[in-house]
Amino acid sequence: MTLLTRGEMHEFTAANQRFVYLVPSAAVFRLDPVSEAVLDTLGDRILTPDQLADGLADRFGLENVHATIGELHAVRAVSEAGAWPDDQLMQMPPADMPLTTMVMNVTSKCNLACTYCYEYGDDRITDSACGDQPDFMSEETARQSVDFMFRESGENKVAHLNFFGGETLLNFKVLQSSVAYARERAAALGKEVQFGLTTNATLLKPHIIEWLAENRIGVTVSIDGPQDAQDEFRVFKNGRGSYDVVVPKIKALLQKHPTRPIGARVTLTQQNLSVRKIFQHLTDDLGFWEVGFAPVTTSTFRDYAIEDEGFDSMLEQFQQLAYEWLEHTVDNRHHAFSNVRDTIEELHRGVSKAFPCGAGLGLVGVGTGGDVALCHRFAGSDDHAIGSITGGMDRVQQRAFLEQHHIDNKPECHTCFARPLCSGGCYHEAHTRYGSTTAANLHYCTWIRRWTDTCLRIYGEVAERNPQYLAQFEN
Amino acid sequence: MKHLRPINQKASKIEATVSRPDHDVRAMQGGSPGPHIPLGCSFVFSPGWEVDSTGGTAGLCQPVERDLFDCYITCFWPAHVPDHYNYAPDWTAKCAAAQQDWRNIDLIFP
Repeated sequence: MTLLTRGEMHEFTAANQRFVYLVPSAAVFRLDPVSEAVLDTLGDRILTPDQLADGLADRFGLENVHATIGELHAVRAVSEAGAWPDDQLMQMPPADMPLTTMVMNVTSKCNLACTYCYEYGDDRITDSACGDQPDFMSEETARQSVDFMFRESGENKVAHLNFFGGETLLNFKVLQSSVAYARERAAALGKEVQFGLTTNATLLKPHIIEWLAENRIGVTVSIDGPQDAQDEFRVFKNGRGSYDVVVPKIKALLQKHPTRPIGARVTLTQQNLSVRKIFQHLTDDLGFWEVGFAPVTTSTFRDYAIEDEGFDSMLEQFQQLAYEWLEHTVDNRHHAFSNVRDTIEELHRGVSKAFPCGAGLGLVGVGTGGDVALCHRFAGSDDHAIGSITGGMDRVQQRAFLEQHHIDNKPECHTCFARPLCSGGCYHEAHTRYGSTTAANLHYCTWIRRWTDTCLRIYGEVAERNPQYLAQFEN
Repeated sequence: MKHLRPINQKASKIEATVSRPDHDVRAMQGGSPGPHIPLGCSFVFSPGWEVDSTGGTAGLCQPVERDLFDCYITCFWPAHVPDHYNYAPDWTAKCAAAQQDWRNIDLIFP
């Protein structure tokens, strides 16, 4: 006799409707009154279909209830008790997965000395100051990196080249030659290339801004907010804050670079958690199109590591901004809070990740010397290399990395409803906290679950109140 | 589906899959392109122990006689092979290579 139990899911309510987020498929369904009643009756129990239908037949009709059970079963919102999940074998991406994004560290040097920096700070992985990687990437290495990118991009029509550092503008010469060369190669190969660059904005000058705009280079500015926040950690080597230097340059950039959206990327620390105040300053006062926040990556004992109450406050403010974003979105108005937009996109696509991000998969970081690592955060680290620009991707090493880091090998994640989106979290964060990229980031599990729940509610609201908005995320 | 409304793209794909009229269980010889993954003992990746992708036996990856060993060593098939743990540990002692020596396998009467 078939015994039924609830499938793995997270229920949520939005716009006065009930929804289920099914795990691990990441499908979102809206329930009708019959399916609501079936799931409520089943609860945590194990029942036969007849037992389940009996109590509900009077209200909805026996046939109707059985049909509903059939639908819930088909989408795995209910399943046979004790049944093996049928996706037992680890599902791996194709062995020759093409490269989508290459992050090129054009220099490991920086003119700022931000205390929390993962390149130079106390938790750094590579010895940027005294290691054997060159301080600046040479033009020759940059050219070879571009060739590597196109070679590894396979059948992909578009390649993304992101410049990272150190401070990228310290090596402006190589930026210029790389962009020109990448365009030339893209034209020859019949491909398209898109560029992005991260900078601390201190070295922006009119001719650089002009070059960025002309070349349609997306710019992300690392900035922590108003003067007090910015000057707390984002300081020059003599300890002087950088706010007064960067603000006029950012204003010029925003004014003269209209070809691509300019985003701000904020690092949150225990000392700097006024998310709403920062957001308001960066959008209203400075005029950024997008603002994204990320908590600092750090060992637990650093004084800037965010404590539990800090995470609560951060979540509360994220939620407030998310609901603000919702009201804007329902009215088809832009809102700059990019954290929620990115998650809504993933929810709408129904992304269910085996890996937390594209690192080592469709994204790699290239160090100044030409070593290919998992991502920009590991660039230059011998322990995390997966190839070289001249030798290409080391497919054996890549495969071993992916097998080792697959969600199937993170047992702590297997009962979490947020795993389709989180998949254990950032490798670099795990390496810094737990000394291993394979560890799940257990220190922010609760936070991630609460944030995922918030985003699901926001998503449900958008789906009910302005479904046309979501069409932009569909292929 | 009448009672569940797909909201995101994944849900729509699932709905399309489960609503397809031919979504019944597909046998090995379904004729669909793609890798041949045998049913049954597929856990142990011993390919093609029943029939090949055309429904015949000509394309099997190993002689059918060897299935016997695959079934009794790696698979739970107590009704068809002797209990080699308790009662008949030596029943295949004369059969070093199944494809040549299968006739030498002893009959076991419980």
